[in-house]
Amino acid sequence: MSRAEVVESVRPVSPLWTFGLLRSELTTTFRRWRTLALLAVLAAVPVLVGIAVKMETSDGSSPGGGGPAFISQITNNGLFLVFTALAATLPFFLPMAIGVVAGDAIAGEANAGTLRYLLVAPAGRSRLLLTKYATVVIFCLAATLVVAVSALTVGALLFPLGDLTTISGTQISFAEGLGRALLIALAVAASLIGVAALGLFVSTLTGSGIAAMATTVGLLITVQILDQIPQLHALQPYFFSHYWLSFADLMREPVYWDDLTKNLGLQALYAVVFGSAAWARFTTKDITA
Amino acid sequence: MAPYASDDSTTGGEADERRSGRRKAARYVVPVTVMGVAAATIGLVPALADSGDPDLPKITAQQLIEKIATSDVQQLSGTVKISTDLGLPDLGGLESSLMSGAAGQGEGGSSADPTAKLTELASGTHTLRVAADGPDKQKLSLLENAAEYSLVHNGKDVWGYDSKSNEVYHGTASESPQHEKEQPPATPKDFAEEALKAVDDTTSVTVDGTAQVAGRDAYKLLIEPKQSGSTVGAVSVAVDAETGMPLKFTLTPASGGAAVVDAGFTQVSFAKPAASTFDFTPPKGAKVTEEKDAGKGSDKDFGKGFEKGGPREHAPKSGDDLGKRLDGMKTIGEGWNSIATFDTGGEGMPSGEAGGDLGGFVDSLGDKVTGKFGSGTVFSTRLVNALITDDGKVYVGLVTKDALVKAADAGK
Repeated sequence: MSRAEVVESVRPVSPLWTFGLLRSELTTTFRRWRTLALLAVLAAVPVLVGIAVKMETSDGSSPGGGGPAFISQITNNGLFLVFTALAATLPFFLPMAIGVVAGDAIAGEANAGTLRYLLVAPAGRSRLLLTKYATVVIFCLAATLVVAVSALTVGALLFPLGDLTTISGTQISFAEGLGRALLIALAVAASLIGVAALGLFVSTLTGSGIAAMATTVGLLITVQILDQIPQLHALQPYFFSHYWLSFADLMREPVYWDDLTKNLGLQALYAVVFGSAAWARFTTKDITA
Repeated sequence: MAPYASDDSTTGGEADERRSGRRKAARYVVPVTVMGVAAATIGLVPALADSGDPDLPKITAQQLIEKIATSDVQQLSGTVKISTDLGLPDLGGLESSLMSGAAGQGEGGSSADPTAKLTELASGTHTLRVAADGPDKQKLSLLENAAEYSLVHNGKDVWGYDSKSNEVYHGTASESPQHEKEQPPATPKDFAEEALKAVDDTTSVTVDGTAQVAGRDAYKLLIEPKQSGSTVGAVSVAVDAETGMPLKFTLTPASGGAAVVDAGFTQVSFAKPAASTFDFTPPKGAKVTEEKDAGKGSDKDFGKGFEKGGPREHAPKSGDDLGKRLDGMKTIGEGWNSIATFDTGGEGMPSGEAGGDLGGFVDSLGDKVTGKFGSGTVFSTRLVNALITDDGKVYVGLVTKDALVKAADAGK
C-alpha cells in the first residue's frame, strides 16, 4: 500500500511528498466501506425525492408549495432536482457524513492503533493534520458532487430539461443553469468546511473514533436546534449552519451575494479557529496508541 | 484544555517538563488570538465605517424638502432593507390573513397576488430589491428564504411571480398617469413623501446633520411633531445629497425603543438596469391567475395594489388621508394629533365578520377603559391606537391612549 512508499521516502521536505501523503490518505478514506456506504446513502436521497415527486404529480397535479426549496419547479425542469436534493441533504445528511469522516480522521487512527505508525514517517504532526483536513475537505466536495450528479441523472431521466426560470422570474439557458448548479454545489461544499474543522478538532480530543463522530453529529444537531430558537437571534449569525441555505441566492438574478459571502467568511473563521485549536491539541498531545 | 505533560516519559527533569508544558499551552494562544481578532473585526469595522459623517455644504430644511420634491430619478437599482415593528401581537399566519382582509381584498386565491403578498411587509425584517427604468419599467422583488416574490411592471403588463409555489399573477397597468409616475414603491422615497404630506405648522422640520447611506453622502431631515400626545416620536429621512432621492426612512415612536419603520437602501446605483431585468415570461407549468379572474380585481391597478397592501399603510398620514379612505368619518384635532372617528352603528365590538367567535378573542387583545364617555376597549400598537366604545363609536389615531379617551370624552 501507499503508506509503505511514504516510509521509504528519505528526503525530509519535498512538496511532492505531501501530495504522496495526501494521496495515501485519500485512497484510505475512499476505500473504506463506511465511506462508500455514506456516499450511497447520499446518492439515494435525490432518487427518493425524484420518484416521490414523479409519483405524486403523475396525475398532472402540481407538487404544491411545501417541502424543501425548489420542489415545486422539479416537474417543469429536472435541473431543479439538483437544487432540491442539495437543500434536502444540506441540513443533515451531508454534515452527518462529514462529521463521521472528520471525527474518524485522528481518533479513528488512534483507536485502531495506527496513529503512531503514521507519525513514524518524517511528516511531522502539523503536516499530517493538514493532510487529514485536506482529505476531509475533499470528501465534502465529493459528497456534494455525488448528490448533485445523482440528482441531475434522476432529474434528466424522470423530468424534462431545458431553459429554466430563476427564482427572480427571469429566464436563463440550460447551459447557464448547469453552470449555476455547479456553483451551487461548490457553495454547498464550502458550507461544510466549518463542520469539517469542528469534527477534526473533536477528533484530536479523544482516542475513540465513535466518540468523536457522535460528538460532532451531536454538536451539529444542537446547533441546528439552537438556530431555530428566536430568543437566540443575536447569537445565530455566528452558528456555522446559519447561512447554509444562502446557496439558493445563486438562483436569483442578479445573484444576491451578501449572505453567500457571509457564509464563506463564517466557514473560513470556523476553519481557522478550530483548525488551529486542533493543531494546538494534536501537536502537543501524547500519542500512546 | 491543558495538555498532559506528565505522561511524557522521555523528557527528564521537573523544570524541563514545566517548560515544555508552558510551550504546549502557548500553542492554544493561536486559536484564541484568531477568535479575538475576529470578534474585534466584527465589532470594530462597522463602527469605523460609520464614523465619517460626510462634509456637505449647509442647507436649510426648506431647500432640502424642495430637493426631494424636484428629485427626478428615473433609473435606479438597489437593495432595500425594511424592518417594521408595529408591536402587533404575533399571530403568525392569522395576522396576515386578517390584514389582507382589512386591506379590502376579495378572495384572490393566488399566492402570487401582489396585494396579499405585500402585506407581509407589515411585520418583521425583509430584504427587497428594486429596479426602475423610467415610468414604464419597474421591478420589485421580495427576497425570501430560498424563494423570491417578484413584481414586474413592464409597459402594459404587471406580473407577480411567487417562486415558492410557482404561481404567476398577471394584470394590466392602468393608464392613469399619477400612478405610473411613481417610483418603485416600498422604497424610502414612498415613506418620505407620506411623511412630508403630514408637514404643517404643527410639525418641526430640521436638518439634522449628514450621514452615509449605502455608500452615498446624504443629508438627514428630521421631522418631529410639536404637540405632545402623538405616538410618533420622530421621523428621520436621509436624502441623497446629489440626486435628492430619499435613501433611508426611520420612524421612531414617542415611547422610545426600536424604530417602528426602518426602511433604507443598503446598496443603490443610479445606472440604467439591464433591460432583461424587466422581461418576464411565465415559466412552464406555472399556474397563472389573470387579474380579472382574481375576484373583484378591476380596481386593483399597480399603484393601488401597493397603496392598499404596501407598507405605506403604516407611514404617518394626515387625517385627510385617512378620511378619504373611510366613508362617514370625522376628524378631530389637527396635524399629528388628529383622530379619526366614525360610528359603526353596531353594538360595542367590531361588527361583521370580526364579531361572533372572534369577538372574545379580539376582546382579549384590548384593554378596557372607562371615562366620561362610558366604557370601551383600547387596542394599541406601538404606533396606532384605537378606542372602540361600547356604544359602537371608533376613535383611531397616531396618538396615546389618554388622547383617545380625551377625544371620546369631548365628543360626548
